[in-house]
Amino acid sequence: MTAKLPTLRFTKFQIFVHVAALLPLVVLIIDALRGNLSYNPIQEATFRTGKTAMILLVASLACTPANTLFGFTPAIKVRRALGLYAFLYALVHFTIYIGVDYGFDLRLVLLELEEKRYVIVGFAAFLILLALTLTSTKGMQRRLKKNWKKLHKWVYAAGILVMFHFIWVQKSDIREPLIWTGVLGLLLLLRWQPVRTRILSFRTSRRAGRRKPRPTEPAKVSEPEPAAQ
Amino acid sequence: MIPIKSSEITPENVYLNRRTFMKGVGLAALGGLAVAACAPAATPIAEPAASTAGTAAPVATASTGATTDELGDPVNSYEQITNYNNFYEFTTDKEKVAGLAKDFPTRPWTVEVGGLVNNPGTFSIEDILSTFEREERVYRLRCVEGWSMVIPWLGFQLSKLLEKADPQSSAKYVRFETLMDPDKMPGERSSWFEWPYVEGLRIDEAMNPLALIATGLYGKELLPQNGAPLRLVVPWKYGFKSIKSIVKIDLVEEQPTSLWMAAAPNEYGFYANVNPEVQHPRWSQRTERRIGETKRRETLMFNGYGDEVAHLYDGMNLAAYY
Repeated sequence: MTAKLPTLRFTKFQIFVHVAALLPLVVLIIDALRGNLSYNPIQEATFRTGKTAMILLVASLACTPANTLFGFTPAIKVRRALGLYAFLYALVHFTIYIGVDYGFDLRLVLLELEEKRYVIVGFAAFLILLALTLTSTKGMQRRLKKNWKKLHKWVYAAGILVMFHFIWVQKSDIREPLIWTGVLGLLLLLRWQPVRTRILSFRTSRRAGRRKPRPTEPAKVSEPEPAAQ
Repeated sequence: MIPIKSSEITPENVYLNRRTFMKGVGLAALGGLAVAACAPAATPIAEPAASTAGTAAPVATASTGATTDELGDPVNSYEQITNYNNFYEFTTDKEKVAGLAKDFPTRPWTVEVGGLVNNPGTFSIEDILSTFEREERVYRLRCVEGWSMVIPWLGFQLSKLLEKADPQSSAKYVRFETLMDPDKMPGERSSWFEWPYVEGLRIDEAMNPLALIATGLYGKELLPQNGAPLRLVVPWKYGFKSIKSIVKIDLVEEQPTSLWMAAAPNEYGFYANVNPEVQHPRWSQRTERRIGETKRRETLMFNGYGDEVAHLYDGMNLAAYY
């Protein structure tokens, strides 16, 4: 048996996702080099990377419902990449916090940690994403068997923790994190069996309706099945 | 009113200046983690050049040219001070205040001094400027959000103004109010807060020699983003106590409710003394970042002004009166 190199063929959608996911990092680096990161650059870099990680995490969670409920199959191909990018930004976010903001001065970090509880919440989400990243390979998927799915359901816990983290750090106006929490809630809702069943049956009936424009009249000749929806 | 030509607000200049200031910090923030382990980066002291957002008229009482505070920490640059502002009456975005405030008219301006005083009155800003002799005071400013600056203010002691007003014996507190004019201060349309901005001090706090009414900084008249034409500066308290663009000063018997107390009473108290031991319910106050520096500093009790003000709070539980 000859070993086959994996074919590196990307669809346009995949390329779009990779470019879109890397763009904030590129912009951040350019802004940092040009001194465009505000008068409080460390805070700005921390905010930006945290927000990007959050958005990518939500995007990765949207992939499964996009595919199973709305038939958008390309989403499945980018789900893992989006999750890994979310971790990448979380890692940069965490590194800036510990390494730049606190200059690896763990005494200072610990001094504040018990009071900055949102940091603990964010760190918990980070650890979950770390575990999911380490087990994201096909090999780990095979080795963990059924447990893999169980483990990767923790991504929702990470999502919820991230939203708490995001709401918690706001000074006053929490509209933006609430909107994102709403999006996450909606995605969770789409996983709920009764909701899923309803959406799927609604879509099936619509498809059927499209095939038979006047369902009250008996169909004379059965039309050919439309190819792919 | 200080005329500000639009040609003098050149974003490119701002950008270029900022570029020089932030280059080192920006680099450290990303690639050079090793840099972060170094000593805090020295803050370049910029001359208050005309290239910053807005121009301010120089004041006869020019800057003493102080480059550090009494602890030896360098003053922040004019550009940093005039471009990184918390001024919710304009916007909650600290970097957009300067732009939104550039046309804010600070003349004519009157301040109404009243309440429990024997000499109430309404004073024009010109009256005030000619009555009180101004001096430079280099103060640290510690924002409740965890950042800080060192600012060479120009102003006069609040006590001088209060002495002129002659408070009655029943006066226990001083209440300050900012201009309420949503057309000129678009942030006042936000329904998140009860406008106008209100702040208060206990009368002995207000009489403390550190409490300043600032009308300028870096030897120039204040720019609108810094609270022109006159603002309070109480350096041992979190920045939000130092109310800006004041139109009303009242001596009152009851403790005033500030805007922040009304918005989040469990998070912002009346006293708001800088205190690393008393945490904000959601975040720590133990450290801060001086704007322009990379690594954090530990926050000082009363922002380093304990010798001057600690006696005001003798016997008080500062965790309860936060």
